[in-house]
Amino acid sequence: MSLGAHLRFLVTALLLAVAVGFAQPGAAQQVNPTADSVKEKQFLDALKGNPSAELQGRITIPDSKAATLERPAGREWRAFHQNTMTKIGAVAVLGMLILLVAFYLFRGRIRIEGGPSGQTLTRFNGFERFVHWLTAACFIVLALSGLNVTFGKSLLLPLIGPEAFTNISIVAKWAHNYLAWPFMLGIALMFLVWIKDNIPSMIDVRWFAAGGGIVGKAHPPAKRFNGGQKIVFWTVVLGGAALGVSGIYLLFPAVAGGVLDLQFWNVIHGVVGVLMVAAILAHIYIGTIGMEGAFDAMGSGEVDLNWAKEHHSLWVADEVRKGHVGSGKLQPAE
Amino acid sequence: MARMKFLCDADRCIECNACVTACKNENDVPWGINRRRVVTINDGKPGERSVSMACMHCTDAPCAAVCPVDCFYTTADAVVLHNKDLCIGCGYCFYACPFGAPQYPKVSNFGSRGKMDKCTYCSGGPEVDLSPAEFQKYGSNRLAEGKLPLCAEMCSTKSLLAGDGEVIAQIYKERVVKRGYGSGAWGWQTAYRETITI
Repeated sequence: MSLGAHLRFLVTALLLAVAVGFAQPGAAQQVNPTADSVKEKQFLDALKGNPSAELQGRITIPDSKAATLERPAGREWRAFHQNTMTKIGAVAVLGMLILLVAFYLFRGRIRIEGGPSGQTLTRFNGFERFVHWLTAACFIVLALSGLNVTFGKSLLLPLIGPEAFTNISIVAKWAHNYLAWPFMLGIALMFLVWIKDNIPSMIDVRWFAAGGGIVGKAHPPAKRFNGGQKIVFWTVVLGGAALGVSGIYLLFPAVAGGVLDLQFWNVIHGVVGVLMVAAILAHIYIGTIGMEGAFDAMGSGEVDLNWAKEHHSLWVADEVRKGHVGSGKLQPAE
Repeated sequence: MARMKFLCDADRCIECNACVTACKNENDVPWGINRRRVVTINDGKPGERSVSMACMHCTDAPCAAVCPVDCFYTTADAVVLHNKDLCIGCGYCFYACPFGAPQYPKVSNFGSRGKMDKCTYCSGGPEVDLSPAEFQKYGSNRLAEGKLPLCAEMCSTKSLLAGDGEVIAQIYKERVVKRGYGSGAWGWQTAYRETITI
């Protein structure tokens, strides 16, 4: 290439550069590509149709979950937790307590009409009672530590002060996380041990139609578990399963997915939890002060024959036929 | 007293992540936690913007509302802080926060969380100002030294602004008027229920 060619090339390049340089301001006045961007308002407007949307971007730090720029759905969860959850919990727990006190005042303790016979038969064997009390003991701790999360701040904190309340809450959190496992084991074992006696049948319909011996003085026939007990069984099994599944997701946030999933499982866990507490309060009532002779079933496992005949007539008939109620089991009268 | 806020002028952010690094260094932030991060939206498309985001120190903060042990408090400068001695690591603030600010060091088995950590607006915590205990738990307390948060102070393009809400909003308004466009104060509508009207 000659010197002339070099010069021609250089001049052409310069001219081109100048031409481009002059052209740029004109083009910029028509369209400014840098001025065009998404604004927060557009994002929030778009959310009106889908309040659980998240604004995702790209991020260069290793924590990929930090790529969510905004997630306004926390507001709905906050409203749920601060208002709805508190109301459901208060109504369920206090409502049930009021109902039980009213029932006790109205009905009193349900007595064994024929009086204790002195003769007993085995209602629950050692393993069944172990499974029941394993689940029950765990549930009481889980329920109290769970209620503490929603109500402790307003009920307990003002009484004992922030430091003591934090210490209690930390212990409660650990207890909740660890006792969840034996509780789930207990639920699974109860399901396996008692499912065969808890299949709903027409006997239960008639039992409910006759008031179940709770309303009125009738003693409708029942097998090993009456209609009311079957409801307790299925409440505990299904409620326990819902608490177990939601609880596992809450214990393992990475498995649950994102924050929206955790919010969802938290709602399930809270609502099912307080409903279970209400149901179990009724269960505790009828198993202790509500009915004479009922506690023995889970206490010693031996129930009075008259109690069994009144509440579980078909079951007693079965036990007699199997020879489980023998003369050898007569208790000496003292 | 001032009403302290953050404002990220996304039209100026060049996604250099210096704010992220400065924050980690200034506050000795635990491994695995980023109190501040830069998120790029519409990456590679027209209108791409990067936004530096941390705790926005919300008005009526959701984290404080849902905390079961009431460990949050708001300073006279309207900075939302929390007491790590009271925090039980339950994760509720993390569920409620719209900006993903609360994070937890993983300290034990299951998903158990340690004490929550988040941006303190470089203003420490409830311990005595500038004490070693404060630094160990919460990091630097630049506000007590009369300085603003380091992330904003050292931002090379002055995209990230920190200071009194009125003042930084005025700076942002002037910029938008002069250059003729602005992608808005990201997070303001969500955190403060207000936008900057130009």
